[in-house]
Amino acid sequence: MILRQRPRGVIIIVMKLLEKLGELSLYYINQIGRMGIFLVLVCINIVKPPYYKISYVTKQIYLIGSLSIFVIVFTGVFTGMVLGLQGYNTLSKFGSEGFLGSAVALSLIRELGPVLTALMVTGRAGSAICAEIGIMRNSEQIDALECMAIDPHNYIMAPKFIAAIISMPLLTAIFDVVGIFGGYLIGVVQLGANEGAYFHSMYKNVEYNDVSMGFIKSLCFGLLVVWICSAKGYFVHLERKGGFGAEGVSRATTSAVVVSSVAVLVFDYFITSVLL
Amino acid sequence: MEPLIQLIDVRKKFGGQEVLKGVNLAIYEGKTTVIVGESGKGKSLVLKHILGLIKPDSGKVLVFGKDMNKIGSKELKDIRSHFGVLFQNAALFDSMTVFDNVALPLRERTNASEEEIKIIVNEKLNLMDIEYSNEKYPAQLSGGMRKRVGLARALVLNPKIVFFDEPTTGLDVAKSNEIYRVFHRTQTKLAYTAVIVSHDVPKIFKLADYVALIHEGIIQDCLTPEDFQTSENPAIRDFVEETMGLIYESEHVEG
Ligand SMILES: Nc1ncnc2c1ncn2[C@@H]1O[C@H](COP(=O)(O)OP(=O)(O)OP(=O)(O)O)[C@@H](O)[C@H]1O
Ligand SMILES: [Mg+2]
Repeated sequence: MILRQRPRGVIIIVMKLLEKLGELSLYYINQIGRMGIFLVLVCINIVKPPYYKISYVTKQIYLIGSLSIFVIVFTGVFTGMVLGLQGYNTLSKFGSEGFLGSAVALSLIRELGPVLTALMVTGRAGSAICAEIGIMRNSEQIDALECMAIDPHNYIMAPKFIAAIISMPLLTAIFDVVGIFGGYLIGVVQLGANEGAYFHSMYKNVEYNDVSMGFIKSLCFGLLVVWICSAKGYFVHLERKGGFGAEGVSRATTSAVVVSSVAVLVFDYFITSVLL
Repeated sequence: MEPLIQLIDVRKKFGGQEVLKGVNLAIYEGKTTVIVGESGKGKSLVLKHILGLIKPDSGKVLVFGKDMNKIGSKELKDIRSHFGVLFQNAALFDSMTVFDNVALPLRERTNASEEEIKIIVNEKLNLMDIEYSNEKYPAQLSGGMRKRVGLARALVLNPKIVFFDEPTTGLDVAKSNEIYRVFHRTQTKLAYTAVIVSHDVPKIFKLADYVALIHEGIIQDCLTPEDFQTSENPAIRDFVEETMGLIYESEHVEG
């Protein structure tokens, strides 16, 4: 008897595990599917009439872009400064402080600029987007829009997507420039590397490819961040652990920030490996 | 006459709870249909099915003869462009002012200029007796005011079909009478079709062409107010007795 029951118990546990696994995979497949459809719908709404008003886009550019400038300048300066410090110390071991400018500029333009800007924008604007849309969903405001025959993909999403795609490269450019200046401050002004060499090596070694890589990255990250954050808010009611009320929105926002940050880093690798 | 909206054997389950167990309802053009029933029995849910916000587990929802769950998004949008909806919680856009809330359908769906919009919006807000609140946000309004702003927003485009979920809940008697008068006036003027969920029995009967009672997950019957009050259906009898006092029972016994 006992011998017989034991395998049955094991079977039940295995079945339960399999059930859970199946449920989870279904949930994630479902989620990927609806996020894909969401992206397609927004893109269709961006290119096809009826068009959203320009004032909606400028407002979103203000919210996503302009209001992020301060954070971007701040992080940019310090990133550049630490690059200047580290770079100078490392390069001076080989007596090649002359390359400091190109080292700082290349790492900023190719890698750190787009990635760190995307992470800052995720934290500042992505979370706000997710929370705003999530609350609209939970208080039936999105249903109300749909019943008024106003497509939320058009009215809410399209301006945010456009604004993010426009803002991200601009913010990245600011980050890069300010970062290079930060590297200059530490490397040249404080540690005494040659000023002419700093800018000349930058001028000689930074190529069009590097700039375009940074630009493409920032475009992709802009789309990625706004996509993940707004979809997380839009589908808050379908969250697996229950997307109800204030707690549901807070959970969705947390996960939006985590998922977009991870996605930025993962895609950074893939974009780099494709473009190199 | 062909009904404008038709629900055919609509069923809906939430987990183990079967809320709608085969709802059949026909709503006719130009008429006011009032849905009554106890709290939590699925009145708002029936509205959400008609609006296409919730898909039934089985059964059909036909609006203008089209199945709301089989049509594409463009057609759905076309149908909804004839709707004016007041949600039970008003569902105002909480980061927009009262004025912008009511103006939104005009701004998004018409080419009206800002001056025209201003005139129309103020007219609707006056109709609902809301003054000096244009620049307030929904959170700064009283519950009854929110309802009335929601009504103004629902009526701003002069829709063909209006759906009001408890339009007068939370209003004082004078205000709700005033709202009923507004309904009566606008309905005679615009001849819209109205679907109203209400607990305000028997007052709402004055406004109704048809009254439908939802009970036990089905629409028990959809009758004119007079027939409703003298119906033999036990659920309707109970409802009428409970909400309108015993007078009707004694009349029934005598009659
Ligand atoms: N999204 C949902 N998930 C789970 N249950 C739901 C959902 N929507 C409605 N219900 C259930 O369906 C039932 C009917 O809800 P509904 O809101 O239609 O009631 P109602 O008749 O409008 O009540 P009231 O007069 O209080 O507004 C309730 O028991 C409710 O719990
Ligand atoms: Mg209700």
